[in-house]
Amino acid sequence: MNVFTIRDRWMNALARSSIRRAFSSGIGMVSGGFLIILVLTAIFAPWITPFDYAAQNLANSNAPPGWPHLLGTDEFGRDVLSRVIYGARTSLSVSATAIAISVSVGMTLGAAAGYFGGAFERMVMTVVDLTWSFPDILIALIFVAILGPGLTSTTFAIAIAYLAQFTRLTRAQIVRLKQETFIEATINLGARPAHILLRHLLPNAVAPVIVAGMLAIGDGIILEATLGFFGLGAQPPTPSWGAMMSSGSAQLFLSPWILIFPGVAVAVTVIAINLFGDELIRALDIRDRMREA
Amino acid sequence: MSILEVRDLGVAFGPIHPLSGVNFSIKKGETLGIVGESGSGKSLTAMSIMGLLPLFGGRITSGSINFDGQDLTKLTDRAWRKLRGGRIGLITQNPMTSLNPLQKIGPQVDEVAILHLGMSRAQARTRTVEILGTLRIPEPEATCNRYPHQMSGGMKQRIVIAMALAAKPDALIADEPTTALDVTVQAQIIRLLDDLVKKRDLALVLITHDMSVIAQTCDKVVVMYAGRAIEQGPVATIFESPHHPYTQALIGCIPHGLAENERLNRIKGTVPTVMNYPKGCPFHPRCPRAATICSTTQPQFASVGESSAACHFVIGDAS
Amino acid sequence: MLLKYTFHRFLMLIPVSISISFVIFMIVYLLPGDPIDNLIRVGSSPEARERLTAKYGLDKPLLTQYFVWMGNMLRGDFGDAIVLRRPVADLIKQNLPYSLTLGGLAFAFSSVVGIILGTISAIVKNPIMERFFRGFILLGSTVPGFWLALLMILLFSVTLGWFPVSGAGSWQALVLPVLTIGFGGIALVARVTRVALLDVWRADFVKLLYAKGLSGRAILFKHLLPHAMLPVVTILALRIGWILGGAITVEFVFGRPGLGSLLIRALSQRDYPVVQGSLLMLALAVMLGTLIGDIAQAAMDPRVREEKS
Repeated sequence: MNVFTIRDRWMNALARSSIRRAFSSGIGMVSGGFLIILVLTAIFAPWITPFDYAAQNLANSNAPPGWPHLLGTDEFGRDVLSRVIYGARTSLSVSATAIAISVSVGMTLGAAAGYFGGAFERMVMTVVDLTWSFPDILIALIFVAILGPGLTSTTFAIAIAYLAQFTRLTRAQIVRLKQETFIEATINLGARPAHILLRHLLPNAVAPVIVAGMLAIGDGIILEATLGFFGLGAQPPTPSWGAMMSSGSAQLFLSPWILIFPGVAVAVTVIAINLFGDELIRALDIRDRMREA
Repeated sequence: MSILEVRDLGVAFGPIHPLSGVNFSIKKGETLGIVGESGSGKSLTAMSIMGLLPLFGGRITSGSINFDGQDLTKLTDRAWRKLRGGRIGLITQNPMTSLNPLQKIGPQVDEVAILHLGMSRAQARTRTVEILGTLRIPEPEATCNRYPHQMSGGMKQRIVIAMALAAKPDALIADEPTTALDVTVQAQIIRLLDDLVKKRDLALVLITHDMSVIAQTCDKVVVMYAGRAIEQGPVATIFESPHHPYTQALIGCIPHGLAENERLNRIKGTVPTVMNYPKGCPFHPRCPRAATICSTTQPQFASVGESSAACHFVIGDAS
Repeated sequence: MLLKYTFHRFLMLIPVSISISFVIFMIVYLLPGDPIDNLIRVGSSPEARERLTAKYGLDKPLLTQYFVWMGNMLRGDFGDAIVLRRPVADLIKQNLPYSLTLGGLAFAFSSVVGIILGTISAIVKNPIMERFFRGFILLGSTVPGFWLALLMILLFSVTLGWFPVSGAGSWQALVLPVLTIGFGGIALVARVTRVALLDVWRADFVKLLYAKGLSGRAILFKHLLPHAMLPVVTILALRIGWILGGAITVEFVFGRPGLGSLLIRALSQRDYPVVQGSLLMLALAVMLGTLIGDIAQAAMDPRVREEKS
């Protein structure tokens, strides 16, 4: 048991109690609760949805919201509510996967850049900054051009589009921590770079990146929906919020609910993510560490 | 004839009263020093005289500030704007951050003359160059075209002084003008101010925490502690025979002729914060002579020879 | 000083541009199948194929092909569109003005309105406004652009009939697209302006400004606003890319001609010459915009010019 293990343990305890604190505020409770319900709904979709999302019933197409179709039906008579729920599955899984990849790669790059510095750092940061100034939709379209439409290109697009912020954040943290005395002490004790990075630098740098990742999932959902709207994302029969809104736009005058509800789903999800993310930042008290420079 | 007279000044920020019972007067050609530790209320006094209290959320609650016959506490905004920069100039503490970093030096000084003396830009520029010259800034014309971040601290402070002088004021208030500067530069600036006072017949209120500066340049001095003036009088008298225990301690802190291993003198304890001004005489917790009465009653100012002090021992009612 | 900075920044753009153009060039090669199939219509004559092969040097090594391609691009030859059978350069020339108009207007609109709103809220100093802005920004950045666009169409075009549903016929057709793109941006710009103004107001040199006897209004306009504009310009420069992204979507939704809708249609049709051409133009626009933003910053803040970054 040395001084560093104690510090790491203390950091863990801090993180856990911070999450509890994030939930304790009103906003935190509502948004966090909503997100948990959303994830559970997505996971248990097959058991929850009132109808089969693909079941067509042309006799009852374009039905307005009511009973038994709480959110109405689309132009093929499919239940909008069930499709929205399944769309959540697609959106959440794609976005979460992509961000997970992005965070891992970003943290590795950023940590290496920050730790080793010099020309390597400059090279990495220049490449990363390349993606920084580009709008995420443009990057996504480049990927679609190369890989063709579908969930693969969507995943890659999301991962690359948001890579820059994770790299920058991690690098900023590492650079800041490198200068703290306890790191100097560790180096003086003769520790190897990998050891220093893994056991001491990264755990302290993790918090802002995790929260940024969570917020990026929200952006990813919007990006996925936009691609789906253009017909370049998830291809039928996979339900996606974006594709639903695309066909909904054709029915805009007759049955606006086909467009409205998936959009509400996106908006509410992303709002909840942002609000909860903000509460986390407040609870963990890392607002100053969320800067990237 | 005093040009500036402060009587019984009291200042409040919301429910807190950081300053009370400040009295002094100053004539043209005189230098008045206000000395005290950080938190004694010196800067607040300067801000009050310049009418800048509202900027920080404060207000004057009692007393009067008389400048050349006008009571400044009753002034309108418009009148204040004519006064500030026009007849009273302010020199601030931190030259590194006192100048607008986005503007060249020239326009910043010109602004004052244009505003108060009604000069055209060309006339104002001539005047600026002239002033910069008297303040011994090298290459005044070239300097006008430079930006603040390209100049050293000492130079920047001279520019601040130039801004204060540009409109030919009658009085200058210098709020710790040398605290943020190197020791050698400090001496230069002090000498500069001294020069100005004599040559232009200005009234200078010099605020500082450094007793040695007071000794070098001031004619009169006011010693402040915890928002109150506790002793004042001519500099020579105060230094020769200080009456208030605080003043005595302050003078005792000036290092001179110390042997290598000798310790510096210090005053035990710390300055009370605004929320915790002690009852009775504010200095009594740290005073080596404190008596019972000191903790219960505020001592009034009483004259002792040429100076006056607010201390029960001076008044004569301490046992 | 400023010229040196501009030159330096411009130089840094060159490797970036080369990398991006290379990525775009590689699109045709990363796709499955023979590159030439992606550049020419199905069922073209062998002679047409040969001509294309010769023109692009498709039988030569990759790097040579890249240079040939770049050479063509720089001369203004972007190849021919597969579907429409016209030179891509023509298509781009036709669509570019629409995108520029839309993007430019949206940028100007969100910037100006944002700055004005931000300044007002800083002067009025209302804490309720701060919460309002945060809510507004939240909405602006979480609502999918195309959804908002469609809702606006539903409300203003269909229900109220104030503006046309689509097309680019009149200035009225610009209103909804510009509003849609600008929506999220206004709140962000306003907030940054407000925060910047409040920050600057607390700066040391402001004390001295008051001491000089300047009026509050003079201080605000001559000293505070220019200072506050610094972070605002930074944000605006960053938003150029964002506006472009928004324009792409909005063009598509409102059925307006422009580089964005051109690109998206080409992607669904797999018309790769058009895809490459429009991607290149859009990327160029982003880089130019960012460069202009950087230069504007340096022009406003003399301290930036000294940095070599």
